[in-house]
Amino acid sequence: MANLTDRIKISDRLAGVAAWLVLQFFRIFEIPLSLIQRIVGVRGMPWIFLLPNLAFFGLFVVIPLCINFAFSFTGGTDLFLSDRIYTGTEQYGFLLDCETFGDPITCREDRFWKGLYNTATFTVFQVTFLVLFSMITALILNREIRGRGFFRAVFFFPVLLSPVVVALIWKWILLRDGIMNAFLVSVGLDKILFFVSPEWSMFWAVFVSIWAHMGFYTLILLAGLQAIPPDLYEAAEMDGTSKERVFWRITLPLLWPNLLVVVVLALIKGVQIFDEVFVLTGGGPGTATQFIVQYIYNTGFTEPVRNFGLASAASIVLGLVLFVLTITQLAATRARDNG
Amino acid sequence: MTINLKTLLTVTSVAAALMASPALAQTELRMMWYNDGSEGEVMQTILDRFEADNPDITVVLDVVPYKAVLESLPIQLAAGAGPDIARVTDLGGLSEYYLDLSPYVSDTEYWETSFGPFLDWLAPDSDRISGFMTQLTVTGPYVNKTLFEQAEVTMPGEGATWDDWATAVVVVADKLDIPIPMAWDRSGHRVAGPAIAMGAKMFDTEGNPALVDDGLKKMAQRLYDWHQDGTMSKELWGSVSGSTYLGANEDFANAQVVFYMSGSWQIPQFANKIGDAFDWWAVPAPCGDAACTGMPGGAALVALQDTKHPEEVGKLMDFLAQEENLAEFYGKTLFIPGHLGLATGGVEFATDDPRAKHALETFSGAVPTISQTAFDLQGYKNNRVLFNALISRLNEAIVGELTLEQAYGRMEEDVANQLAELNR
Repeated sequence: MANLTDRIKISDRLAGVAAWLVLQFFRIFEIPLSLIQRIVGVRGMPWIFLLPNLAFFGLFVVIPLCINFAFSFTGGTDLFLSDRIYTGTEQYGFLLDCETFGDPITCREDRFWKGLYNTATFTVFQVTFLVLFSMITALILNREIRGRGFFRAVFFFPVLLSPVVVALIWKWILLRDGIMNAFLVSVGLDKILFFVSPEWSMFWAVFVSIWAHMGFYTLILLAGLQAIPPDLYEAAEMDGTSKERVFWRITLPLLWPNLLVVVVLALIKGVQIFDEVFVLTGGGPGTATQFIVQYIYNTGFTEPVRNFGLASAASIVLGLVLFVLTITQLAATRARDNG
Repeated sequence: MTINLKTLLTVTSVAAALMASPALAQTELRMMWYNDGSEGEVMQTILDRFEADNPDITVVLDVVPYKAVLESLPIQLAAGAGPDIARVTDLGGLSEYYLDLSPYVSDTEYWETSFGPFLDWLAPDSDRISGFMTQLTVTGPYVNKTLFEQAEVTMPGEGATWDDWATAVVVVADKLDIPIPMAWDRSGHRVAGPAIAMGAKMFDTEGNPALVDDGLKKMAQRLYDWHQDGTMSKELWGSVSGSTYLGANEDFANAQVVFYMSGSWQIPQFANKIGDAFDWWAVPAPCGDAACTGMPGGAALVALQDTKHPEEVGKLMDFLAQEENLAEFYGKTLFIPGHLGLATGGVEFATDDPRAKHALETFSGAVPTISQTAFDLQGYKNNRVLFNALISRLNEAIVGELTLEQAYGRMEEDVANQLAELNR
């Protein structure tokens, strides 16, 4: 007993010494911080603390964004802005020159518009089914089912994989001599060349994307479901409310903030889709799964004439689309909070 | 014992100088390299010899995927951050970044007599010496001869047309249930040779690029039809977008293809991978209405102008370009020599494989039959603009996104737009 007391005392002392050392270490900052506070005042101090992050954000986001914007008003193939030729809004004019906006073939830069339409199609299907499946999975995993922890891990596992790995796994499954075709042949069906058909390619692009990301959104919705007070369900049960009514009147309204986050995040990620589909289908067949980010990448980096100006203009258009989506999210959140 | 301070300082200084001098004098050169087969290993043995003779120079062979040479290297060069030396295939397209080796090589006449016409490919606008060909390539087909024998179909002989081959390979594939009768690398360069064989001129009378004409349309129509009737599988050309390169070498090596249109650079790979599993047989370029020609091409080792060590780079390039070193390189890699002396005198290829020997003879023998238009196109520094417009738009027609007429219109627009951007 005495030994135990001694040990506790020693550990307390060690903790005390450690705390003192930490305190002394942080006192080093006291003098310069006091000095800065004297200069910028108490109100200016939050900016000082934010400065490292702001510098990082400025260096890697704001400055490249400005450079990109400037690039979109230039032409030629030179890499450095100072060497490039000012072309005004010519690149935007080239991108937006269409006889009929609904038909990409009538546009001067048809691939940009095909990329835009493909991205819109992909996003509509991917977001709809992603949210739906994530919701269903979250509702199931929120129940008291056997092996719940295991299933949560199973659904979350693909999120941990790199997009390239995800795409390669599915590519091997879906190729002419892949597992899927081996299965089809084994049940007496013909092989399907999935990546030769535009419809199948788009289907698998959407499917693989949902498979890869569903776990993340399921987790957000699961957190939302677990935050709903259980007594609401108990009260509904005592009132004899049907399960459908409970879902529509309690679960869905209370889950709405999480659902909104999921929808907006999925929308933004959907518009930005590139890596998985690039590895899976290469944008083919033809341009059936070539999305807007791949168009930008090809235009700026893989064509023999690297058209940085046009690629920049297209990325500014993409940025505007994302900006509109973000504003919509903010407006929806604010309307929800106010209403 | 007391040590005099002056003595101590002197000893320390001398020791420091002795330790520092090798480090200070050491020059590191970086060579960006890609492999088709095992040529990187052959190059490394030659580099080891160079380093032994020149202990003050270290050469680092950076082996990268071919895609990195195509896509990343031009950006690095534009940013002034490239390697000292690189192995490239866009010979004229990158010429603005090449170093003129003339002041740094011991005998410029040797370079001019040994690499004469190829130096023009590397410097279309000047008389510079920038590097040498690590391989001369000729496009042409390989045939799985064993399948022809098993199907008891006679292989079309010398002078056979593209249509003759297309008919024959479909019969073989049907008889033996082979999934892909004919496959071509997904590359505009591969299409250019047969298009020229059909009469494509590629340039107008004033020498300006003019991609679409009747000759090109004839070949494009055939490629379109072959994809629709199953002679060619849409899996290769139709399954990706844009100008992405795809080869059917794996499918051919797995005996899934009867006839494979590729080029001489596949020889070492097939000798290694296929060996004697079946008779892979290089055949002369099939004929069109105008000629029986493939496209010349190749890879070159070039010195880059942003190097900080031009003298050392010159020394290394001079060493590598010597006839005995190149004879060893071409001989061991089974590459067609890009050195005129070796091309005439012959190289002893390090293989006993009769298929590889036959392929080397076939492709080397094809060089004199290559059309002048094909040489002109290869020497045109923006040829990749034409190749990429051709392959990407033709592909969109094949998969049904455009009609062939629309595709031709788009090819012309793409070429015009890209050249206009280049000439700003």
